[in-house]
Amino acid sequence: MFDNQTPAYNFAYLDEQTKRMIRRAILKAVAIPGYQVPFASREMPMPYGWGTGGIQVTAAVIGRADVLKVIDQGSDDTTNAVSIRKFFARMTGVETTEITSEATLIQTRHRIPEAELGEDQILIYQVPIPEPLRFLEPRETETRKMHALEEYGLMHVKLYEDISRHGEIATTYAYPVMVAGRYIMDPSPTPKFDNPKMDMMAALQLFGAGREKRIYAIPPYTKVESLDFEDYPFDVQKWDEPCALCAARDSFLDEVILDDRGGRMFVCSDSHFCQSRQERGHRGELSPGADPSITEAAE
Amino acid sequence: MYVAVKGGEQAIDNAHKFLAEERRGDLAVAELSLQQICQQMSHAVSRVMAEGSLYDHELAALAIKQSRGDLIEAIFLIRAYRTTLPRFAYSEAIDTTAMAIDRRISATFKDLPGGQVLGPTFDYTHRLLDFTLAAEGLPPQQLEPAQERIDDAMPRVLGLLNSEGLIEDTAPEDHDDSQVGDLTREPLEFPAGRDLRLQNLARGDEGFLLALGYSTQRGYARNHAFVGEIRVGDVAVEMIPEELGFAIEIGDITITECETVNQFKGSKDIPAQFTRGYGLSFGHSERKVIAMALVDRALRWQELGEDQVAPAQDEEFVLSHSDNIQATGFVEHIKLPHYVDFQSELELVRRLRRGAQCQQSEAAE
Repeated sequence: MFDNQTPAYNFAYLDEQTKRMIRRAILKAVAIPGYQVPFASREMPMPYGWGTGGIQVTAAVIGRADVLKVIDQGSDDTTNAVSIRKFFARMTGVETTEITSEATLIQTRHRIPEAELGEDQILIYQVPIPEPLRFLEPRETETRKMHALEEYGLMHVKLYEDISRHGEIATTYAYPVMVAGRYIMDPSPTPKFDNPKMDMMAALQLFGAGREKRIYAIPPYTKVESLDFEDYPFDVQKWDEPCALCAARDSFLDEVILDDRGGRMFVCSDSHFCQSRQERGHRGELSPGADPSITEAAE
Repeated sequence: MYVAVKGGEQAIDNAHKFLAEERRGDLAVAELSLQQICQQMSHAVSRVMAEGSLYDHELAALAIKQSRGDLIEAIFLIRAYRTTLPRFAYSEAIDTTAMAIDRRISATFKDLPGGQVLGPTFDYTHRLLDFTLAAEGLPPQQLEPAQERIDDAMPRVLGLLNSEGLIEDTAPEDHDDSQVGDLTREPLEFPAGRDLRLQNLARGDEGFLLALGYSTQRGYARNHAFVGEIRVGDVAVEMIPEELGFAIEIGDITITECETVNQFKGSKDIPAQFTRGYGLSFGHSERKVIAMALVDRALRWQELGEDQVAPAQDEEFVLSHSDNIQATGFVEHIKLPHYVDFQSELELVRRLRRGAQCQQSEAAE
């Protein structure tokens, strides 16, 4: 009864009816910035938790003229980014790229590219737990009510308790933001380093949570504020040293362990950003052929 | 010299080849056929069909073969295939009273119209390894046909109780079959009706339901269940094509159904009456349907005016965590790269510790 042919799937895998349903949810999400719109998330051919929400959003908005970039942890070459890019290349035949500025769609997990995005781009986030209040209140019935009533006191108490215990707000990723002055939103587990990039971003930002069946959005040029207190203002991570490969001092750095004697280096998590800086001649202290005396790191 | 990690694509391709080789195993051993899996691993096939929500033995067998016997992986393959299939129509409600019975037992009455029909069951086997099975090619034991036919009339046990008014009705009189929800088409929202709860449990993980059902028996929302009836057999599936306007049979499916009889104290307005729990599954899956009936009954606490005291009664807790494809995806996803989040945490912990050490040394001075 079975033939060996790969079944003919629709463009971008999802059937058109499903895409319409997802597009309707996206439109609603854009109309109410930061509000989590329930949608009838489908089972996808990769596991929940592997980006099925972002993949469904991408599948619903992608067209033949699009150019797709997929990153995970900032890099185009992490295994799951490779896998998702391959999926869309196979299911749509669209052009893929690693060059941030060339992409019309960027699907991401855990990072926002360092390069500024433009009005003709859409950034699609994979979201594991869309509810910023979830770890304060596990019940969906309760958290939906709290959003409806703008009852966000619990979140401020949590941030205050952080300060009284640790001397600062001890949330380093998935740092909650207020969108357009109305909804508290989970930015997905991006480092708080990336939060300022979301504010007034020229690109449309779409968020897909497949397992939790929610879509939300930040339209272009929308105010996005990281929650803080006047006397404890929001602040981002800083590193003592620059990227060991491109000497950037303003990018998010990953730590790489070099040996078992405490040796380590720091390198840009955004692989395309790092590579393009190196191509422009920037050298870090561990760059191939680098002369430490002339690297920026030594400056 | 350090070079940023590259080569993910090549590594993935090679991993897939390695996986395919491992799946096949020793080439000197004959390959499993789908017929062998369908015929000789029928409980595995039942489970994959039930939790995969797709009644197709051959596809389930293919999924089991492809997943190397990892049933949750097989269920995942079926779900991902099922979601691409077009919906032609919804069937009419199946009539399990008219089932062609393989097995029908009641734990509440010693004998009853239609009788107890044991059928193919592990229940009274002694769990001794049968080493004759290890020797292949033995002729199977032949079963003599029964002297008498199974009764055509096989009334429902709970229906017999209901004729005395001792048990609640199956559904309110104003109930409309066409108003049944479908959580594969609409996102599940709370509170969910019993229709959506039952759909969720029918797709739910057998192990999860087993543990929850068990917990109700051990006192976490105990509801004093008796198995009124379990029946296993074939029922006809009917649908009404729009152009015909009347129902036609499109095939038979094998299902397992369990109805439990549960205690209910009664209230000021309602005299004491038994209540029901319900379980249904594709294929032959008694463990699943009994557990499902226990959990279904536990989830009805509000409607029956009981106290909520245990996890099995918590609709949002149960329905949000019953799906093993969702659960396995999210539990296993923490093996994906989290370098960035972890780096953020490292930076914070180092800074907090530096701060604490400074304070300590200042205090010591």
